[in-house]
Amino acid sequence: MTVSLTCTGLSRSFGALKAVDDVDLAVAPGSRHALIGPNGAGKTTLMHLITGALRAGAGSVRLGDEDITTLSVVRRARLGISQTMQHASLFPTMSTSDNVLLAVQRRHGRIGLWPQRALRGRVETLLDRTGLAGRGDVLVASLSHGERKQLELAVALACEPRLLLLDEPAAGMSPAESARLAELVEELPADVTVVFVEHDLDLVFRLATTVTVLHLGRVLLTGSPEEVRASEAVREAYLGSGRDEPLFVERAEA
Amino acid sequence: MTRVVRTGMPVVAWLALAAAPVFLAPYATTTLARMLVFGLLAASLALLVGVTGLPSLGHAAYFGAGAYAAGWFAKNVSTTAPLSLLIAAATGGVVAAATGWVAVRARGVFFLVLTLAIGEIVLQVAEVWESMTGGSNGLYGIPATTIGGEPVVHPAYLYWFVLAVFAVGFAVLWLVVRSPYGTALRGIHDNEPRMRAIGYPTALYKYTVFVIAGTVAGLAGGLFAVQQRLVTPADVGFTTAALALLAVIIGGAGSLWGACAGAGLVILVRDSLGPTLDGHGPLVLGVVFVLVVYLMPRGVAGIRLRRAS
Amino acid sequence: MGAWFDANLVSVLNGVAIGCLLFILAIGLSLVFGMMDVLNLAHGATFLVGAYTGWVVGGTDPTWATFLLALAVALGIGLLVGAGMSLLTEPLRRRSHLDQALLTLGVALIVAELLSIAFGNDVQAVDAPPGLDGTVTLLGSAYPTYRLVLIVVGAVFAVVLWALMSRTMIGTVIRATVADRDMVSAIGIDNRKVKLAVFAAGSALAAVAGVLGGPIYGARPGLDSTVLILALVVVVIGGLGSVRGALVGALVIGQIESLGRAVLADAASFLLFGALAVVLVLRPQGLFAGAAR
Repeated sequence: MTVSLTCTGLSRSFGALKAVDDVDLAVAPGSRHALIGPNGAGKTTLMHLITGALRAGAGSVRLGDEDITTLSVVRRARLGISQTMQHASLFPTMSTSDNVLLAVQRRHGRIGLWPQRALRGRVETLLDRTGLAGRGDVLVASLSHGERKQLELAVALACEPRLLLLDEPAAGMSPAESARLAELVEELPADVTVVFVEHDLDLVFRLATTVTVLHLGRVLLTGSPEEVRASEAVREAYLGSGRDEPLFVERAEA
Repeated sequence: MTRVVRTGMPVVAWLALAAAPVFLAPYATTTLARMLVFGLLAASLALLVGVTGLPSLGHAAYFGAGAYAAGWFAKNVSTTAPLSLLIAAATGGVVAAATGWVAVRARGVFFLVLTLAIGEIVLQVAEVWESMTGGSNGLYGIPATTIGGEPVVHPAYLYWFVLAVFAVGFAVLWLVVRSPYGTALRGIHDNEPRMRAIGYPTALYKYTVFVIAGTVAGLAGGLFAVQQRLVTPADVGFTTAALALLAVIIGGAGSLWGACAGAGLVILVRDSLGPTLDGHGPLVLGVVFVLVVYLMPRGVAGIRLRRAS
Repeated sequence: MGAWFDANLVSVLNGVAIGCLLFILAIGLSLVFGMMDVLNLAHGATFLVGAYTGWVVGGTDPTWATFLLALAVALGIGLLVGAGMSLLTEPLRRRSHLDQALLTLGVALIVAELLSIAFGNDVQAVDAPPGLDGTVTLLGSAYPTYRLVLIVVGAVFAVVLWALMSRTMIGTVIRATVADRDMVSAIGIDNRKVKLAVFAAGSALAAVAGVLGGPIYGARPGLDSTVLILALVVVVIGGLGSVRGALVGALVIGQIESLGRAVLADAASFLLFGALAVVLVLRPQGLFAGAAR
């Protein structure tokens, strides 16, 4: 069942620094909602507030009808929130399959004493879907950067989330890898709500249905990609005031 | 390693262990039995340190609890074979449960400190609770365990009894490591925050493995009481905990068999060096610790036995 | 309540005295741990070195001269030990806590056994210097003068340390390093020198505490483990790198060790565990954690 995400008046400070300041975010069920903004805008902090890695100083987070503001990371994960991080957070001494297996057995298995062969099939399917077919026995330490990001996505998908958070999924990727990632995101099931942080604006405009722009911890603008592209305020935030250059230049076909 | 060798080696090892008393002199058989007892303790610690990544320096506390419980039970209630061992395992588990919930709330090196404190506190209790433990003189005169009414005293029979119990304890540990639960433990070792983000209640996992390890350590303690028929505070104090940790490190932190082999080596060295050291064994232990730390480039906890899925 | 207090005043005061001693001992451990992330399990052995120094130099017939000499010698030895430990742990800077702990543990075992070989296994009594070895009558009970003096020494030390930490440059560097070690090194302060200095000072304090503790604990094998555990518990309860925490923790543990043992006898060990449990449940990083970790 598709679920919405609603943040109301969300705030979080670190000492005197207001990393996230009275943020309202309304993510429609099944949408692809992008969070963009210059560095230091508070995007990652906001993600952490949604997953529960950080506690909000003020405000609330609702998943569908449920208020999850005070729930722990574990509880929120059980409610169907899943994430990938900027720097792939994996299980370094374990194999690619085992990484995915951990998530699969959490979702489908009974984590008891008896090994469950039936779950292997699900692991294989997920590896195929994320472009890691045949890499199952490879240890994480031997994977390339791009493959690690793919594995992270596989692990996140293995949890069969209702809300998927992607923090800079294309960071550090070559154009070819980014393109493949974009396909993967496009192929995500329609009943998963996706929120993603991205600096690669081409990717954002290709994938997003809605865009929220953050600046210095506050919401600058929420709207369709076209509205954001045309916005004067957004241009100023990125480039500083007084400039007269177009913010987004159409790329020539490669 | 080829598949044949991988499955063959443990089989050969078990067979060799089973056949040992036939070929060894009684003294050697008894020594081997002591190695098995210590090996079981080391293997239970390997589950905690190597697999789950919880470095404990107080594991001897549960070994001691089991040893004293078994000894007391044999002296005062019954010597029938499995009973004192069941009591030992249960006591180890209960003490682990009572102390573990505090320990697993602590992160990283705080956990180490806590287990150290717990071990010391349990030792103090052992020295002071004279009615149960005989105080600093220890619990002596523990009667031999009996099977079907017959006391097991012959070195070979005692050895086979120890081997059988060792096999049971080892099997429990092995099952845990191989299971999905064991995979989750390794996940927690590698990246606990990620496990929580996937939805695992990691605190509960750490608590349960702590209790399991404590139970098996208690079983090893019971075996110790059955085999030695004497339990003193020195046997269950810090030196034992440190030696067990050393055995785990030598054997490769995540390996159960490795821990057993390491335990055998430690016992061998301790027994052969013991008389010449005049009670100053900890000096050598200290030197070994320093050397081990410097000589292991990837760190003592970095050595993991890789398992193909 | 008043009557109970009168009867137990001696224990309470004793607890404060032990607390002061533990504070001097534990502060070095706490700062090294909080600043440099190094767990020094040889701290108890350093204390024991100090204790034996007090016995060797002063012995059972001390004079003020020998007592002060013992303090000076212990200070010097402590500085050397601390510097040595700092150098030994230098190659392990990037390794796990377990590695460092095992190294310092190895050193602790070696030192303790060497002391045992040198001085034997007997419990050695150490007397207080002349003039302090009597008793003072307080509220109707006789109280050992030395322990009262120890309380004064502890209080003075706490004040001096507070002044150092809050009013001087060194103190600011220390507090900054506890809060964010990498930032301090980024502004150009050499971490290694800071580590060497703190290690040396902390170990010196431990050795001095050993001399000061002589009239109370004497010198014997096993004393190193006992005080190490107490110091560790103080650090866990008080929080890493926090002077206030170390003081509060030390006073609490001092009371448990004194009043607790007087009232509950052997069950006092459980109190120690209970205190740990309570603190960890309520504030997992210790009562006054210094760093935002």
